[in-house]
Amino acid sequence: MTMTAKKTVPVRKIIITEGPVAKNARVWKFGDNIDTDAIIPGRFLTINNPDELAKHAFEGTRDEFAKKVQQGDVIVGGRNFGCGSSREHAPLALMGAGVKVVIARSFARIFFRNSINVGVLPVVCPDADKIADGAKIGLNIREGFLEADGKKYAIEPVPAFMQGIIDAGGLVEYAKNLTEIPQCTR
Amino acid sequence: MTATIVEKIFSKKCGSDVRAGDVVMAPLDGAMIHDITGPLAIQKFYEMGGRKVFDPKRIIMLFDHQIPADSIEAASNHVYMRKFALEQDIHNYDINEGVCHQVTIEKGRAAPGEIVVGADSHTCMYGAAGAFATGIGSTDMGFALKFGALYFKVPETIRAEVSGKFQKRVGAKDLILSIAADIGADGATYKAIEFTGKTIRKLDMAGRMTLCNMAIEMGGKAGIVAPDKVTWEYMKSRRKMKPFELDSDKDATFAERRTYHVSDLEPQVAVPHNVDTGVPVGKVAGTHVDQVFIGSCTNGRFEDLVEAAEVLGKQKFSPKCRVIIIPASRDEYLKTLKAGLVEKFVKAGALVEAPCCGPCMGGAFGLIAPGEISLSTSNRNFKGRQGSTEGKVYLCSPATAAASAIMGEITDPRVV
Repeated sequence: MTMTAKKTVPVRKIIITEGPVAKNARVWKFGDNIDTDAIIPGRFLTINNPDELAKHAFEGTRDEFAKKVQQGDVIVGGRNFGCGSSREHAPLALMGAGVKVVIARSFARIFFRNSINVGVLPVVCPDADKIADGAKIGLNIREGFLEADGKKYAIEPVPAFMQGIIDAGGLVEYAKNLTEIPQCTR
Repeated sequence: MTATIVEKIFSKKCGSDVRAGDVVMAPLDGAMIHDITGPLAIQKFYEMGGRKVFDPKRIIMLFDHQIPADSIEAASNHVYMRKFALEQDIHNYDINEGVCHQVTIEKGRAAPGEIVVGADSHTCMYGAAGAFATGIGSTDMGFALKFGALYFKVPETIRAEVSGKFQKRVGAKDLILSIAADIGADGATYKAIEFTGKTIRKLDMAGRMTLCNMAIEMGGKAGIVAPDKVTWEYMKSRRKMKPFELDSDKDATFAERRTYHVSDLEPQVAVPHNVDTGVPVGKVAGTHVDQVFIGSCTNGRFEDLVEAAEVLGKQKFSPKCRVIIIPASRDEYLKTLKAGLVEKFVKAGALVEAPCCGPCMGGAFGLIAPGEISLSTSNRNFKGRQGSTEGKVYLCSPATAAASAIMGEITDPRVV
């Protein structure tokens, strides 16, 4: 395999604003250890289309979600959000439902990476537990905080190496711009 | 400078000295896709402008989650992947070989010192063969198929040192359920778990696979056992490779060191709805079970089925519950068949199915109804994992599953 030192992705300025959160966004609050089976049960995994997957998001766990979720709504979880299966159908189902931001105290590794890859932004907020279900929420990534029901909470920055993928709008767009892969070094 | 086994694997592959925390673009020795996550990965490969995969010989393709196709959608996904295999000249094991992780190791497609990814979270099982292996999503897999490399943050390692001799009817599954309860469902997030110590050195490949398989249930990026005589003996018929030394330096920097002593370990059961809830079987003994599943990548090997058969002896399974037994691969199925165990299980009242994921994925067949209880040798007991979200799944070893299937309720395998 050829490995060349040149990375051909144009480095864009990192500016993510309140964009992914709708003005009247509401919070859908979930607890700790929300697994990918809860987000999208195994029996729906033959579906690959985000809009179709969205119809079954949280089916059996929180049936009202798929019916009532609005474009730009936000999911808030506790610890270890997205644990379990590597199924990318989980962030895709959320994306299909119009959710572009998931906030949690911590994320499971594969879900975190899958979310960034497909264009759903996972945001780590150590105080996520304090955010109430149904809260009105705004996000200011540039300044590193979110505001829920008028209260401000700090959020953590995304790991630097993933920022390029976020800036590109996901891994597909990022990869399209790569003619050769960067050299295999740190 | 000292290093962990994982740091050594990445350093070798990357041609420079890397340590935990470094972000690298590492070349891949293997990439595995199956019928659930494969179609999406292929779609992403094309969307990225992919035309030819990086190396067809390094791609492992098979179907195991929904086989034989349980729906027209599943059949169509299979068709889509077969077409890709033909177009790209990838060998496709199709529906014939069994559960992806078992097949990958069995066919020698993951070996000591290699970096292998799979579009399935339990890919971490290949650590039993001394490989660094981790589960990834479909878009990452699309990237991997195209470039033959992937970004990794070299993980820190939790060193789990295990000593002592297992009691009769207690084994690797009980150990890993107790370790999961100790470390917690997210205690190893972003980290590798290295299993080491005298008990591990004596453990067979089947047991090592069970351990590494469940590293993900603690959030782990990988599970790994340093290759030794047992590993190389297993690899002998599978890969032309000269054995070499590969192990963590004793004074390497570990995230944590944890020690486990198994001599007093009792059979463990993880109670609903998380995996880190393991308790000694006595605490839940007597719980009625509607369905018992013995199989999966975690515990569907010949050794597991022998353990179940030994517990069964000349008894019959209880008519109060359904018993589904599925060898993890065709090889394991044949061994089970030759040993006369299939006949024994069938005569005792079990359904013995062809190699596949079975009830573990909660989609193809063997689903549970609201209010039902499943006892399973698989790896996850999440709410709804095996069907209704109003059902319950308990996890245990093949011995405990067999004992419970005889009694129709959760039972200590040491007393059957």
